[in-house]
Amino acid sequence: MQLLLFNAFNGLIQGVFYALMALGLALILSLNSVINMAHGGFLVIGAYLAYTLSPYLGFWGALIVGPLLAGVIGLAVERGLIRPIYKRSDPLYSLLLTFGLALIIEDLTRTIWGAQGLPLEVPDVINSPVSETYFFITGYRLFVIGITAAAAIGLYLLLRYTLLGIRIRAGTSDLETTAALGVNIYKLRALNFGFGCLFAGLAGVLAAGVLGLTPPMGNSLIMPSFVAIIIGGVGSLFGAVLGGLLIGLAAGIVTTYYPAASEAVIYLMMLIVLAVRPRGLLGEEGLFE
Amino acid sequence: MTRAATIAAMWIALIALPWWLPLIGGYTALGSKVLIYAIATMGLNLVLGFTGGLSFGQAAYFGLGGYGAGMTLKYLVPSTPLAILIGTLVGGLAATILGPLVMRRRGIYFAMITIAIGQLFYFVIVRWNEVTGGEDGLAGFGRQDIHLGNVVIPLTDVNFYYLVLLCFTVAVAVMWTLLQSPLGHTWVAIRENRRRLQFLGVRPERYVWASFAIAGFITAFAGTLNALLFNFTSPQDLHWILSGDFVIMIVLGGMRSFFGPLIGVIIFVVAQDYLSSLTDNWMTFIGLIFVLIVLLFPRGVFGIFDRRAKIA
Repeated sequence: MQLLLFNAFNGLIQGVFYALMALGLALILSLNSVINMAHGGFLVIGAYLAYTLSPYLGFWGALIVGPLLAGVIGLAVERGLIRPIYKRSDPLYSLLLTFGLALIIEDLTRTIWGAQGLPLEVPDVINSPVSETYFFITGYRLFVIGITAAAAIGLYLLLRYTLLGIRIRAGTSDLETTAALGVNIYKLRALNFGFGCLFAGLAGVLAAGVLGLTPPMGNSLIMPSFVAIIIGGVGSLFGAVLGGLLIGLAAGIVTTYYPAASEAVIYLMMLIVLAVRPRGLLGEEGLFE
Repeated sequence: MTRAATIAAMWIALIALPWWLPLIGGYTALGSKVLIYAIATMGLNLVLGFTGGLSFGQAAYFGLGGYGAGMTLKYLVPSTPLAILIGTLVGGLAATILGPLVMRRRGIYFAMITIAIGQLFYFVIVRWNEVTGGEDGLAGFGRQDIHLGNVVIPLTDVNFYYLVLLCFTVAVAVMWTLLQSPLGHTWVAIRENRRRLQFLGVRPERYVWASFAIAGFITAFAGTLNALLFNFTSPQDLHWILSGDFVIMIVLGGMRSFFGPLIGVIIFVVAQDYLSSLTDNWMTFIGLIFVLIVLLFPRGVFGIFDRRAKIA
């Protein structure tokens, strides 16, 4: 029982990272119509920049600045590389472009910071176990859950109540009309892409505290995030979060009984969902609906 | 030069390859690898270029073919033709069974689902250690000499190259015939205007399924040859990075052209071979190739010459 709880909780934490990644991916997917294969790259950028900056800024400063820098780099990438190919209606090109970026980012990370794993120091205040029986529930893990919940709620409020959020949702459902109504959709898409990358960076810093840093860490998190989106339902941000948590939890539980299948199970879940309910659990039009 | 003459010249160059390739610093196995990847990418291009389905997980069927062939040789029978047959069936049937889950999807969603399905097979192979060798890959099998009646053909590097060339020729003939048939024309119609086809009373899903399944068989066929070429196969043969490589090879050559993928494969495989011997950061350069092709040469090498080829 203890073991099951242990694995389930570990799975839930993994699921939180999937959910954060999937949120950013889904944002970019719906408004920019781009499958951002480089999303794992932005996660790695956020994590490594936080690692490099933490001696100067401390953990808390790095937790804020790392994701912000990932977002800024995302803005630059969108402006320089993605924007020129929006006019090509075939999504193939953005897929290949971001795929190339993913390769470049992983390789450069390895060159700059080395291939070995690096640890991200987490302050003792939040790193101690909450109870002795449940040693695996460290304060940091609860903190990760808290930050993610805050980020998701913040995004929800932004999309629901601010002008920017309303424009993003409008652009998602009908980009042309939104443009015709006088919204600068280039700026809108750029900001949205930046937001997505910011979420990836945040996932990176948080994940680094649990898993440590390695150059391929982003690429191993991105595939389950796709699955999270497919299971949760394309077009629904809440679905992406739900999907991420579900597959993380499922992988954790399966680890207890049959560790070899812990990765395969999430893809099996996806196949089942696709066969039974092709649009995903919450797959409906519009964001957060 | 007419088309027929170009194609004849191409085959003469391919037949003579074991003589001229070493002269310019290549080796016969590199020629085999190019032809194997050409079979795989031309097969994938049935879905990608001709049917318009963004299949981004094709390496899964390539790898399944390889494992099917390797495991046949290792555990079942020491026979090269049977290994090729069984491997092709394993990969092809996997694509056929999963086809219904992807055939209704379009664009981005087709891509995401094919990628994710590819990962399923990747993890099955990686984790099923006892049988597949896990992360280390499957070794301990070797391609067997071919027995034709009383004649025994030893599969040396050069002879194996000719076997691959024979397989390439057969695959090309099959694909060419398919594309000339009503089935092939329906594929192109789906790519050009799926909705109008539905108005005509055609159900595109079935044809997308057929396209996906046939591409799966052909890619798996290439995968079996790949395993036999190296007498080894590893999970990297199923990885989504290889899937991406296949797609960029096709785009590089020109996805609207039948032989385009072959050109893309030649450029990409030679560049990869050369770059990885030159620098440790070859992945960065491969990534740059992706970015530059997308930004500057979206129509591929063939597209530069062929004005009719347009960007969809």
